[in-house]
Amino acid sequence: MTIRWSRIAIYAVLILFALIYLMPIYVLLVTGFKSFGEVRLDQMWDLPSGFHYDSFREAYWALDSNLANSFKMVIPATIFSCMLGSINGYVLTKWRFPGSDVLFFLLLYGMFIPYQSVLIPLVKTLQMLHVYGSLWGLVVTHVVYGIPITTLIFRNYYANIPTELVEAAKIDGASIFGIYRRIVFPLSLPGFVVVAIWQFTSIWNDFLFAVTVTSNPAIQPATVALNNMAGSFIVEWNVQMAGALIAALPTLVVYIVLGRFFVRGLMAGALSSS
Amino acid sequence: MGNIGRRLLRNIISEQAAAVLLIIPSLVAVGVFVYGFIGWSAVVSVSEWDTVRPDYTFVGLDNFRDLFHNFRFQIDIRNTVVFTVLFVGSCLVIGFVLASLLDRHIVGEGLFRSIYLFPMAVSFIVTGVVWRWLLAPRAGVNILSSKIGAPSLGYGWYTDPSVTYIHADSRLGEALHTIGLGFFADPNFGLPLAMISVVIAATWQMSGFVMVMYLAGLRAIPEELRDAARVDGASEMQILRNISLPLLRPVTLSAIIILGHQSLKIFDLVISMTRRGPGFATDVPALFMFETTFQGNHFSHGAGISIVMLVAVSVLVIPYLFWSLRREARL
Repeated sequence: MTIRWSRIAIYAVLILFALIYLMPIYVLLVTGFKSFGEVRLDQMWDLPSGFHYDSFREAYWALDSNLANSFKMVIPATIFSCMLGSINGYVLTKWRFPGSDVLFFLLLYGMFIPYQSVLIPLVKTLQMLHVYGSLWGLVVTHVVYGIPITTLIFRNYYANIPTELVEAAKIDGASIFGIYRRIVFPLSLPGFVVVAIWQFTSIWNDFLFAVTVTSNPAIQPATVALNNMAGSFIVEWNVQMAGALIAALPTLVVYIVLGRFFVRGLMAGALSSS
Repeated sequence: MGNIGRRLLRNIISEQAAAVLLIIPSLVAVGVFVYGFIGWSAVVSVSEWDTVRPDYTFVGLDNFRDLFHNFRFQIDIRNTVVFTVLFVGSCLVIGFVLASLLDRHIVGEGLFRSIYLFPMAVSFIVTGVVWRWLLAPRAGVNILSSKIGAPSLGYGWYTDPSVTYIHADSRLGEALHTIGLGFFADPNFGLPLAMISVVIAATWQMSGFVMVMYLAGLRAIPEELRDAARVDGASEMQILRNISLPLLRPVTLSAIIILGHQSLKIFDLVISMTRRGPGFATDVPALFMFETTFQGNHFSHGAGISIVMLVAVSVLVIPYLFWSLRREARL
């Protein structure tokens, strides 16, 4: 009997925490679906009288061009990140050269730095290259600062492809590209999925680069637009909540569908081998 | 035979050169955008560039002297220490508790895990917007208690300007004074209450990550080890304390470094949730840096803040990088 009770206690704690974690989602949903007349701060927890889409419609009108900007930025940046990461990971595992470990260390450090310490030169450089304030400027920025993590994930992934396979192909005279195309790339799909999800999520969610590199509201990504919306006193809070949900939706969908790949990226980012 | 061998060798060498060429674009990009830019920022931080117009006249460490004498920056350092300790501590405790409960053959483990982890997929901006309303003084959590008939809580949350600190004339303050640590009895070493709101939101977002790391760590501990202890009559608590926790030390270290370095550069959450807060109660270096540089055009001082942040993060991260790469090489 005592064992039973402890089991019940465990489930009770787990469920309680689950409710706390879901609480913000509950508030986002009930607030979003309320009609403008129903929205009152002291009735935040009450269910809406029905499904009213006014808040979502208004938030979507305010954010739609910014959501489009986010997609226009995140898709090319993710593709380039995957390509670079895959090549780097391949070279650093299967074509190691003297000093490659040191270079890897120097690459990894770039993943942890506070980006504040590169912002001023970054802005000046992007201005010199005439891509400051454009989505391409942001794409370049995300691809470059994504190199460490994408290289790391692919390096961990390719470490599991038996080196003998590659060595044998080398003896057979296969070229570096041939080995990549015929042996490594066909085995890479899970690696690409992990990196793509990781980059998609972190670039979509980025705020610091977006707010410093794009000052024109017309080309700002959704995170910046949402923050502006939340800082404005004109926009009702129910619209802010609806906007938050809309802005979070793409990454939430990716998480729900492909969560286990997201977790793998997470573990790699912590340099955790388990 | 020898001929073929030599040709093979030459072939492999030229392929090896191609390999280096393949990785060079990335190395150059990171070399410029990370190391070059850090150097450039460092140059700006010791320059006179304090307006829109760049001015690289060398002024030594003047900007850093200004910074450490700046009231707002001093408060920021206090806030960062408070935030880091509370945030890392609560993530570790909650993450560990959830992981050790989930490790007990739970029905629906996958669902629980997904629920605890989903906030990580959301941006800090979204988190900030939502929690700003959840912790608004006349809404959210404060009125939740009235739903079950209890009176509403009267917390000010992030609107509360007060700082809890050890008063010099209190007994603890006097005790500190007698052992030569009297300076601790000062608001500069206090706890700005508004910061707790930011800690709650950040913990909501990041504790699932610690849970996942601990769960993976627990799964890596051989079950036989714990079974043997059970046979010897150890309780679950004893197993946790004497077997699991010591073996999980590397996981704890990783979690502390990852969360700690994030809290040193926290920016998005603060800007969307509270900004400076009452009396700078939730101000952080990253926000100060952003306003100084891109709103005030005080580039040299902004660069100075960023260099201080970089040094703080590096002290934490560089030894960790060495440690984990060496550990990986041993495996």
